[in-house]
Amino acid sequence: MEQIRKRGLVRGVRPALAMAPFAIYTFIGLGIPTLAVISLAFRSEQGKLTLANLHTVAQGTYRIGFENSIILATITSIVPGILGVFLAYAIATSHSGMLRRLVAAASGVLANFGGINLTFMFIASLGSTGVLTVWLAAIHANPWHYGFNLYSFYGVAFVYMYFQIPLMVLVITPALGGLRPSWREAAENLGASSFKYWRTVGIPVLLPSVLGGMLLLFGSGFAAYATADTLTAGTVTLAPIQIGAVLNGNVIAGEENIGYAIGFGMLVVLSITMILYGLVRKRASRWLR
Amino acid sequence: MASLIPEIAYEEVLGELPEVKSDPQSRRLPRIRYWRVIVFFLAGSYFLLPLYAGLRFSFENDAGHFSFYAIEAIPSQTGFSQAFFLSLRLAAVTTVLTMVLMVPTATYVHLKLPRMRRVLDFVTILPIVIPPIVLILGVLHAAPLWLRASPYLLSLVYVILALPFVYRSLDAGLSAIDLKTLVEASRSLGGKWVSTLIHVILPNLRAAMLSATVLTIALVLGEFTMASLDLWSTLPVWIYQFSQKDAHIATAVSMLSLIGTWLLLTLIVSLDRSQSRRMRKRTGTL
Repeated sequence: MEQIRKRGLVRGVRPALAMAPFAIYTFIGLGIPTLAVISLAFRSEQGKLTLANLHTVAQGTYRIGFENSIILATITSIVPGILGVFLAYAIATSHSGMLRRLVAAASGVLANFGGINLTFMFIASLGSTGVLTVWLAAIHANPWHYGFNLYSFYGVAFVYMYFQIPLMVLVITPALGGLRPSWREAAENLGASSFKYWRTVGIPVLLPSVLGGMLLLFGSGFAAYATADTLTAGTVTLAPIQIGAVLNGNVIAGEENIGYAIGFGMLVVLSITMILYGLVRKRASRWLR
Repeated sequence: MASLIPEIAYEEVLGELPEVKSDPQSRRLPRIRYWRVIVFFLAGSYFLLPLYAGLRFSFENDAGHFSFYAIEAIPSQTGFSQAFFLSLRLAAVTTVLTMVLMVPTATYVHLKLPRMRRVLDFVTILPIVIPPIVLILGVLHAAPLWLRASPYLLSLVYVILALPFVYRSLDAGLSAIDLKTLVEASRSLGGKWVSTLIHVILPNLRAAMLSATVLTIALVLGEFTMASLDLWSTLPVWIYQFSQKDAHIATAVSMLSLIGTWLLLTLIVSLDRSQSRRMRKRTGTL
């Protein structure tokens, strides 16, 4: 009897023990810092509960930072999103299996790419004396003479495509597989033109997956810090850059907790994005087994 | 985010896509090829030109002539070797910690607590939702002073950043083997849990652990956000600071670290492929 009870106890304890390291580690490493950011966003320098931080963040330069970040994330989700779908489709329908494998592997690498390496590569190609700039200048099309500036908001958006397009290719390739060849054949046998096939079958089937992919791209563009910071030396007004500035001590005295409020705002935006992603993915999965 | 989509999905997709060639009567064919050429050309130039430019810049001197000076000058630059070895140490510590934490956990969940897989899926996706810049903000506030004084605080946080990649890699690896049969066989032959883990499970997980390791190393060697805000001169932070002094040398280091990481990744992927091919041959039907 004693032994049975003991074994039952062990059975209950063992899973808890086995999961404990992971649970404790993620709680300390992920839970506590996130909760700290959220709670400090609502506290004054003296530790009192307040909405003043959020109030400050909702106006002036911090508000512009958020607006810019959202605009940047929107641009770098829609444009690379569409380009990524075209690229994925071009690759998926090509005859070369090697090309498909190569692009799949390259996308995996490039989707996680960013920061200092990316910055240098683009300065070397499109900086004021970059390779491409010099080539274009030779045919009197120097982009810098036409208002292009790599170290600006749109320069950052252009560079972000380097990891956003591969991310879209990764996300959308399985969905393209859900587009059965038999549907196209059926549509053609019923007399549908290519345009009609895409309008009535292809696009409706793909749309939830494309939207889901764009939401992921939005999150990735909204959260990115390293590339924008190194490319513009922290001069572009974006929410993550402003957090960096606060952490580096570039903040008015008495507003040290502003950083947490910006962080909280970012968490809110990203949570909404991920909830939408979850909803869209549920719809998208209908066409994928 | 690469490993979020399991390898199998690609194979399935590749197998199912329409063979345009098999339809000789289609009048659409030339047009499709035409737009495809444009797409490939644009994508190719957008992705390859910066690589070419970066490499060319690394092999140039200030006068714009071809030169190995930047490559040769790297080791003797102040701070380079400290930064390089700091990054290597952080990568090693992060990898070991991640594996020790995740291999037993993922194995146990697969074997005994399949219902917990959804919880693990959710928890390990969180580091993608919570941006590094926000996470380091909280970490720098919450960490005790003695830990903040050590560079290994970064390793502890990098473990969290690596979770999405590592867990998905291990999860795919564990799903691919018949874990239950293996463990039961080992246990019925009298093997203890620890020896089962070491002699039976780990060898079968080798490919998954290898790819998880490479992803972790690549992540640590390239991480800039947290290291720069924690004020540690890891390799990327050093490169950024040094670029004000000599952009050619800084770019050369950056390109070399990139090429090194990619070579490592390619190596792992090819090892992985040959491994899975062998597995498929052995099991026959798969």
